[in-house]
Amino acid sequence: MTDAPLTNAYQNWFRFSRNPTAMIGLVIVVICVMAAILAPHITPFPDHVGAVTNFRARHLPPSSINWFGTDNVGRDIFTRVIFGLRISLLLAVVVLGIAIPVGTILGMAAGYFGGWTEIVIMRVTDIALAIPPLVMALAVAAVLSPDLLHSMLAIASLWWTWHTRMIYSITRQLRTQEFIEAAETLGASKFHILFREILPNCVSAIAVKTSLDCGFVILVGAALSFLGLGIQPPTPDLGTMVAQGASFLPDYWWESVLPGLAILFLALGFNLLGDGLRDLFDVEDVR
Amino acid sequence: MSALLSVRDLSVEFTTYGQTAKVLQGVSLDVQAHAQIALVGESGSGKTVTMKAIMGLLRQPPACITGGQILYDGRDLLMLADRDRVALRGTAMSMVFQDPMSSLNPVFTIADQMTTILKYADRRLGRVRGARDRMARVHEVLAQVRMREPERVSASYPIMLSGGMRQRVLIAMALLSEPALLIADEPGTALDVTTQAQILRLLKDLVTQRGLALLMITHNLGVVRETSSYVYVMNKGRVVEEAETATLFANPQSDYTKSLIAAVPRLTGGTRYGTVTP
Amino acid sequence: MEFLSFLIKRVLWSVLVLVGLSMVIFVIARVVPGDPARMALGPRATPEQVAQLQTELGLDRPIVAQYGRFIEGLTRGDLGRSLLTERPVNDDIRETFAATFELVLCTMVLAMGIGVPLGMIAAYWKDQWPDTAVRFFAIFAAVTPSFFLALLLQILAGYVLHLLPTTGRLPNSMEFEASTTGLLLIDSVIAGRWDVLGEALRHLLLPAIALAAATMGQMARLTRASMIDVSRQDYIEAARAFGIPEWLRVTKYMLRPSFVPPLTIMGLEFASLIGGAFVVEMVFAWPGMAAYGIRTILQKDLNAVMGVVMVSGVFFVLVNLAIDVMVGFVDPRVRIRGRR
Repeated sequence: MTDAPLTNAYQNWFRFSRNPTAMIGLVIVVICVMAAILAPHITPFPDHVGAVTNFRARHLPPSSINWFGTDNVGRDIFTRVIFGLRISLLLAVVVLGIAIPVGTILGMAAGYFGGWTEIVIMRVTDIALAIPPLVMALAVAAVLSPDLLHSMLAIASLWWTWHTRMIYSITRQLRTQEFIEAAETLGASKFHILFREILPNCVSAIAVKTSLDCGFVILVGAALSFLGLGIQPPTPDLGTMVAQGASFLPDYWWESVLPGLAILFLALGFNLLGDGLRDLFDVEDVR
Repeated sequence: MSALLSVRDLSVEFTTYGQTAKVLQGVSLDVQAHAQIALVGESGSGKTVTMKAIMGLLRQPPACITGGQILYDGRDLLMLADRDRVALRGTAMSMVFQDPMSSLNPVFTIADQMTTILKYADRRLGRVRGARDRMARVHEVLAQVRMREPERVSASYPIMLSGGMRQRVLIAMALLSEPALLIADEPGTALDVTTQAQILRLLKDLVTQRGLALLMITHNLGVVRETSSYVYVMNKGRVVEEAETATLFANPQSDYTKSLIAAVPRLTGGTRYGTVTP
Repeated sequence: MEFLSFLIKRVLWSVLVLVGLSMVIFVIARVVPGDPARMALGPRATPEQVAQLQTELGLDRPIVAQYGRFIEGLTRGDLGRSLLTERPVNDDIRETFAATFELVLCTMVLAMGIGVPLGMIAAYWKDQWPDTAVRFFAIFAAVTPSFFLALLLQILAGYVLHLLPTTGRLPNSMEFEASTTGLLLIDSVIAGRWDVLGEALRHLLLPAIALAAATMGQMARLTRASMIDVSRQDYIEAARAFGIPEWLRVTKYMLRPSFVPPLTIMGLEFASLIGGAFVVEMVFAWPGMAAYGIRTILQKDLNAVMGVVMVSGVFFVLVNLAIDVMVGFVDPRVRIRGRR
C-alpha cells in the first residue's frame, strides 16, 4: 500500500469512531475542555467567580436562570462549575506535564541500561509508591501552606512512579528484541536507541495511560480540595464546592451533588477515552 | 469394513470482521482402527481446523461447520448433543498437544492435572476408582511414557520439568483412559531435533504396542515418513492427494506434493530445484 | 527453599523502602520548612524561645545527627509529641489506627469478594450483556470520587431511607471498650457482645462501600482482562480436549493462574486506598488515623502528620509483603523462580 501513514491514520480513526465508549469519552473531554477555555464567554454570571454575595438569591433550586441553582451566598453554581473545570484541568496538565517526561525518561533508562541505574531508579520508585499521593500532598500542605501549587508539586513528585514502572517493563521487553540489537550492532548512539527506537514503541502505551491518568489526577485533586487543601476560596473549585455544599445536605442537594457530578463527568470522559484508546492500540496491560 | 474415524466432505467457514473465509472445502479422510495416518500440509492449509473439528474444539462462532459428516464408530459426531460429544473427549479419542511449554497449567502439579482428567473420564465411563487408584494409574502411565521417576514427576509443577519431559507428560495425559484414537498435533516441534526424534519414536512404539489408531498432524514430511503408513496431503482447505506413505514419496501425483517433497532440504546441500549456497 | 530466599529478599527490600521513606519524611518535616521551631511556636515567639526549642529539638546539631536521632526515635517507636493533643504521637496513632485498620480490612475483603467474581462473570460472558454491565460498573466505580460517593451513600441510606447509621463506629449510647485488639469486630466476639458486633457491622458498611468502590471496579477490570488472557492459553484448550468440565475449567484452571496480576496491582493500589481512607473517614466521622491526620494537618502539628505518613507507609509495605506471600502461594512459578 502506498502512502501508508495516511491510510493508517484513516483506518485508526475509522476504528476509533466505531468504538462507542471511546467516542463518548472523546466528546465529553472535548466539551469539558472547550467549556473551560471559553468559560468567561459561555457562563451566564461570569462575575460570580469572585467573592460576590447576593443574599436574596441564596439556596435557589435549579431553574431556567440558574441551571444548577445557587449556593449559600447566592452565586450561580453553573457558572462556578464551569470555571471549576479550569482548576481541575490545570491540575491534570501540570501534574502529568511533570510526571510523564520524568517517568518516561527514568523508565527507559532503568529498562535499557540495567545494572546500577536500574537498581537505583526502581528502588526509588518502590519507595515513592509506598506513599499515597493524597497523603503526600497533605503532608506538604502541613509544612508549607494549603495551596494549589504545593498540592500539584506534591502529587507530581509521586505520580511519575506509575509511568516509570510502565515504561520500564516495556523497555525491558524491547531491549532484547532484534531491531534494538541491530541498531546497537550498527553503532547507534544510546540517545538514538532510547529516543528513536524505544520511545516510539512506548507512545501508544503513554497515550492510553495519560488519558486514564488525567481522570485519576483530577480525582485526587478534587479529594484534596474537598479536604480544604486545594486552591483557596473564592476561586471556584469543584471539590471545595462539594465540601461547602455538603453542610446543606440533603435540603439544598444541588449545591454539592451537581459539582460532584461534574467531577464524575470529567473523570468519566478521560476514562472512557483511555479505554477506547487501549482497545484501539491493543495495549491490554496499561492500567 | 468401516473406518474408526471417517471425515466426509467436511466444510468449515470462519467469519471475522464481517468477512467469511472458506477454510475447509469438502475434506474427506479415513482412519482405520490400529492404522497410523498422517495429515500433512503447510501452515494455513486447514489441517489444524480439521483436527479441531474432529475433537469438537472449534469455537463457534467464529467457525461454522457448513457441511459434511464426522463419523466415529459409525456415529456422526456433528449430530451428537454437546454432552455426548464431551463424553468422547479424552476417553474415545484423545489428543497430544503441540507445545509442551504452554499446554500444561503452570499453577497445578502434574499429579493434580492428571488425576482430575482421570476422575472425569472415569465418571463418564461409569468407572469407579478411588483417589489412591487414580494416583497409581497416573504413575503407571507416566512409567509407560518412559519417565524414570513417576512419583517425583507427578509431584512436580510443569516449570520444574524439561521440555521433553513435559511433552511426555502430555502424551501420558492423552493415554490415561486408553482411547482408541490418538490425534497428535505436531508433537515435539517446539523441542530440539534429538528430543523430538525420541518423542516420535516413543509415540510410535506406544501406538503400535497398544494397537491405537494414530492421526498425526504435521507439516514435516520427515515426521510423515517416520510415523505413518498412509498419508493425506492438504492444501488450501482441500485434500489434494492421498496415498500409501511409501508410494507418495516414490511417486507423488499432484504438483503441490511434488513441491513439498522438493522443498525438503537434503544433506547433499541442495533442494531438487537448486543448490543452496551456505 | 527458593521461596524462602525470595521472601528474605522481599523483606530486605521492604526495610530499604522504609529507610527511604523515613528520609523523605525527614526532608519534608525538617528541611523543607526552614525552621521547624519557629513554625511550631508561631510568629509571635521571641528569639530566645525559638532558640530554646531549637536546642530541645536538637535543631542546632548537624543535619546527619538530626536524622540519626529521628531514626533512633522511629526504631523505639517514638514519634515525638503531638502539639494538638499534647500526648505522644504513637499513643494517638495506636488508638486511632485500629479503626482505620478495621475499615481498610473490610474494604479489601469487599473489593476482592465482589470485584473478582464480577471480573469472572464479565470474562465468561465476554462481549455479552453481563460483560457490558460489569465494565460499566467498573468504569463508574473508578471515576466516582470517593468523597462524593461517601456523601451520596450518607444521604441516601442515612437521611432518606433511614437504614444505616452515618457517623462513627458505634452509637454514642453503646458502652464498649475494644481493649484486646482494638478491632470492634473481633473484640465484640471475644466479649460475647453480639449487639456490639451487629452495630459495628452496620456502622462499617457505608464507609467500607464508599472506600471499596474504586478498588472493586479495578479488581473486576483486572480479573476480567487476566481471565481472558488465560482463557486463550493452550492449557485451557488442552483441559477442554481432555474433557475437564466447563465449570471446573473456569473456577479452577482459569481462575488460579489469572489471580496473580490483580493481586499484585491490589498491593500497589493499596496506597491510593489509604489515600481514600482520609476523605472517607472525614465524611463518616470515623475515629481513625486518617481523620486524626487531617485534624493535625490543619493545626500544623508536624510530628503527628509525619507519624501518620510513616505509619501509612509501613502499613503499605506490610500489606505488600503479605501479598507477596499470597502470590507465592497461588503461583508456584513465583515460589520456584523466586520472583514475579
